Amino acid sequence: MHATTTLPQRRLAGDLAIWFFILAELLAFGVFFAAYAFARARHAAEFDVAQQALNRDAGALNTLLLLSASALVVRAVQGAQAGQAGQGRRAAPWLLGAIVCGLGFVGVKLGEYAGAFAAGVSLSSSVFHMFYLSLTFFHFMHVLLGLVILAVLWAGLLAGRYGPDNLNGLESGAAYWHMVDLVWLILFPLVYVIH
Amino acid sequence: MSSTELNPTHGSPGRTLAVWFGLCVATVTTWRLGEQAGGAVLTALLLGIALVKGRLVAYEFMALRHAPLLWRALLSGWLCVVCLLIGLAYWKGLNP
Repeated sequence: MHATTTLPQRRLAGDLAIWFFILAELLAFGVFFAAYAFARARHAAEFDVAQQALNRDAGALNTLLLLSASALVVRAVQGAQAGQAGQGRRAAPWLLGAIVCGLGFVGVKLGEYAGAFAAGVSLSSSVFHMFYLSLTFFHFMHVLLGLVILAVLWAGLLAGRYGPDNLNGLESGAAYWHMVDLVWLILFPLVYVIH
Repeated sequence: MSSTELNPTHGSPGRTLAVWFGLCVATVTTWRLGEQAGGAVLTALLLGIALVKGRLVAYEFMALRHAPLLWRALLSGWLCVVCLLIGLAYWKGLNP
């Protein structure tokens, strides 16, 4: 019972290095978002027309998929944290669920790109499309890297590598995945909804 | 008992479920608002929702709730600056 009365010690979940990396990524995305927003200010009408052709349903579905993946990653970390040392593999199914949601995002996004390319959209179609394609593709690459990281963590959980005594690697990879989610939470309203 | 058990940084499963549900409701709200006619009020509302969602992901999922003040300030600051810049740019688009 004394555990509940212990004041929690403030700490970052994961390695300090990954947090500096996350900060650098957020700054890069922040500059990209601001560039989009100020380009839109100069071509507001043109942006609004082009935005109408985007599949907002696919964007919303992808938001739900990323949020669900993030919540499942948290459940995996909680599972590894709560288990006995070396029993982190019990948390592996949560991470597998997160990977499935992430792959769902990839599938929806590829479908969206296929539709756009079939409609003749390219980087040179318009200022909006240049931003839409480059910004979403830049994020898409981060989702792919995040999925590779989640797959490595999943293998680690299955191998019994993580547990309450060894959480740092799991927490670091999880923090990266949540950053990918966080960035999308701004990208979706900015590119798909605000008009 | 290890120190991490004394310090459940990542919250409880119930809390995670509640946060996830809230984030999903906010996402559906954003999606539905996309069908409305645009404008400054709608944009402010959408940016406000994005800010709250971002803060929830940072504090709950990234466990910043239990992190040192500096890191909470850095992530919250990033969210606020990004949303403010987007809002400012939108306003500039209304009054070119």
